[in-house]
Amino acid sequence: MQLGAEILIESLRKENVRVIFGYPGGAALKIFDALKDAADIRTILVRHEQGAAHAANGYARASGKVGVCMATSGPGATNLVTGIATAYMDSIPIVAITGQVATSMVGTDAFQEVDITGITDPIVKHNYLVQEAGDILRIIKEAFYIAQSGRPGPVLIDIPQDVTAAMAENIDCKKVDLRGYKPNITGHIRQIKQVIELIEKAERPLICAGGGMNSARATEELLYMAENAGIPVTTTMMGRGSISQDHPLALGMLGTYGLAAANMAVQACDLFIALGMRFGDRVTGATAKFAPHAKIVHIDIDAAEIGKNMRVDVPLVGDLKVVLGQLNKRLQSKENLSWRTEIAEIKAKYRAKKMEAEAEEEISVADVIENLNKGLTNDCIVTTDVGQHQIWAAQKIKTNLPGKFISSGGLGTMGYGIPAAVGAQVACPDCNVYVITGDGSFQMGMPELGTALEQGLPLKIVLINNQTLGMVKQLQDHYCQGRYSSTEFSKSPDFHHLALAFGALSLRVAKRQELAAKMEEFVQHRGMAIMEVVVPARENVYPIVLAGSGLDEMVGT
Amino acid sequence: MRCWGGGKVKHTLAVLVENRPGVLSHVAGLFSRRGYNIESLAVGETDDPSVSRITLVVEGDAKIIEQVSKQLNKQVEVIKVNDITEEETVDRQLLLLKVNADIAVRQEIMQIVEIFRCRIVDIGRRSLIVEATGDDAKIQAIIKSLQSFGIMELVRTGRVSIVRGQK
Ligand SMILES: Cc1ncc(C[n+]2csc(CCOP(=O)(O)OP(=O)(O)O)c2C)c(N)n1
Repeated sequence: MQLGAEILIESLRKENVRVIFGYPGGAALKIFDALKDAADIRTILVRHEQGAAHAANGYARASGKVGVCMATSGPGATNLVTGIATAYMDSIPIVAITGQVATSMVGTDAFQEVDITGITDPIVKHNYLVQEAGDILRIIKEAFYIAQSGRPGPVLIDIPQDVTAAMAENIDCKKVDLRGYKPNITGHIRQIKQVIELIEKAERPLICAGGGMNSARATEELLYMAENAGIPVTTTMMGRGSISQDHPLALGMLGTYGLAAANMAVQACDLFIALGMRFGDRVTGATAKFAPHAKIVHIDIDAAEIGKNMRVDVPLVGDLKVVLGQLNKRLQSKENLSWRTEIAEIKAKYRAKKMEAEAEEEISVADVIENLNKGLTNDCIVTTDVGQHQIWAAQKIKTNLPGKFISSGGLGTMGYGIPAAVGAQVACPDCNVYVITGDGSFQMGMPELGTALEQGLPLKIVLINNQTLGMVKQLQDHYCQGRYSSTEFSKSPDFHHLALAFGALSLRVAKRQELAAKMEEFVQHRGMAIMEVVVPARENVYPIVLAGSGLDEMVGT
Repeated sequence: MRCWGGGKVKHTLAVLVENRPGVLSHVAGLFSRRGYNIESLAVGETDDPSVSRITLVVEGDAKIIEQVSKQLNKQVEVIKVNDITEEETVDRQLLLLKVNADIAVRQEIMQIVEIFRCRIVDIGRRSLIVEATGDDAKIQAIIKSLQSFGIMELVRTGRVSIVRGQK
């Protein structure tokens, strides 16, 4: 016989959990008590439960493993919700464990009781309310299996206080048996043949790699296909890292905030091969105008994605690594020379433009990214917050491998960057982890600097200070005739002293001439460093595809 | 059974699920979240007590119903989803209806009950309770025939359906 809480820890151990991001409370008392004795599991105390969920997310994305977060009942659990939704939208495998009031109190509005399984129903892949300590092992096993198999996603496990305190037989569970859950792995052979035929016939094929490429870690297979069959590759924001930015076939990010060349290629192609993407509205612009000359092949592990947002000519359901392998085996080598020349011309024609400086010392965000790029090596990880800085980073930052560019794509959660970096740094202690954030987002994610300080994480934070909620300000430029409502900060905290308060090296740059030297100092610093870069508020992200427009109808190319 | 109206189709979905708490609200949530009203719902254990079958009728755009079915299929507790709208099915629902029945009209009501092959299951001083089973059309017809007497109370279950023949 064993205590429920101990069974829980042992079950987590069986899943090779090494790190838990958590925050304690009354209903989770027993769990944290048991964690105290688990020397092989590192419990990282965060500063806000949302940070725990984001850290688990960053950990999962950087490591390719399941991230684990933990919170108490009631407010602890609800504080996780935004983080769980963020993981859900980006298909990131995390397991969230919450304490719950005792079984006998459930449903009585007891102190710190919320129906967290009810609340999270639409934003988890699956959730559990544990009824008996004897079920814990099986449930943990299932949860980890569900979180990381098929299309990954968050799983929540709610455990009442009395269940963690009860004694039970620790019944071993050898195999997961879920009759309602059997992900399709191998592609259907008839459809494989159809796709091969389409690729062979196509004169202007284009691959688009989405977030599924990062979860499947199928970069090699993708590269082989692109090079062997002469197919240029664009990526979604979530697909960044599927192909090196410097690869001659790479076009960069597409979408309403995408690179002009990538968008023009989409509109010109005659075959659009979607790999692990969901045709979100930020990718397609007006769906009716998307890739007007193209047949569309949609390859995804989730059958429910096929035809959800976009017409499709050949659907193919399966694991990308397996399916690309199946395709590569049959695919003839091909050059597509004239199409590739055309692509090269498009790329040359649509070079990114910089904001025109009003004064010589004025810094454009593009300058910041360019300077940072010089300091990046292939193993560096970059997380971002949400806003204009995120888009600039997604367009230009030189991270070239899967799991190295970490950003909240689907939910667009401000306050994600710093806690995600905490998770990524814990997963990869030897990599340099950078955060690109804005003055708005920074103030949402700031509490987790306390975590970074305590854990001795040498995060490098680039704080782009444009004195505004820039992205929304830009929308007000486009849609509200430049009437700025609640988007300008008339006062901000002294970021320099804030950085010092968290024990970080604090750098501040307001002149372009100083940028390179300060960046050098920043990159070289061994501990946590925060570099505030002051930029003008007027700079907007271009090109942009406005509501109702197709990808080739960009403003500001 | 199909009813056309306004480009929308009534769909009958037969959903096999794990017989566990929370599963029904989960399934229902997938519809309500998209603003779809479930018109009829019947849930019960199957021959395997660990499996429940949910039969639900929902009206909606065919593409969206297909999307919801796929989302249903994705749920861990959902074992199988069948859209049996196009199938040859036997459909039944149960109706209990309390109708005003003074001595003067009692005979007439009993004749109607006989014609429809339903049953009188309770007799009060001024009322009768009628029990009927049948498909949608039959249930509608009974209600219509008894309306003029004054219906005091009416309850009906959701529809249950089963596909004819081998399937
Ligand atoms: C939690 C949350 N609240 C609100 C928004 C809406 N929003 C999107 S971008 C943005 C502004 C971000 O400002 P900042 O972090 O300073 O970045 P900038 O756009 O200036 O680079 C806002 C408010 C959001 N994405 N997330």
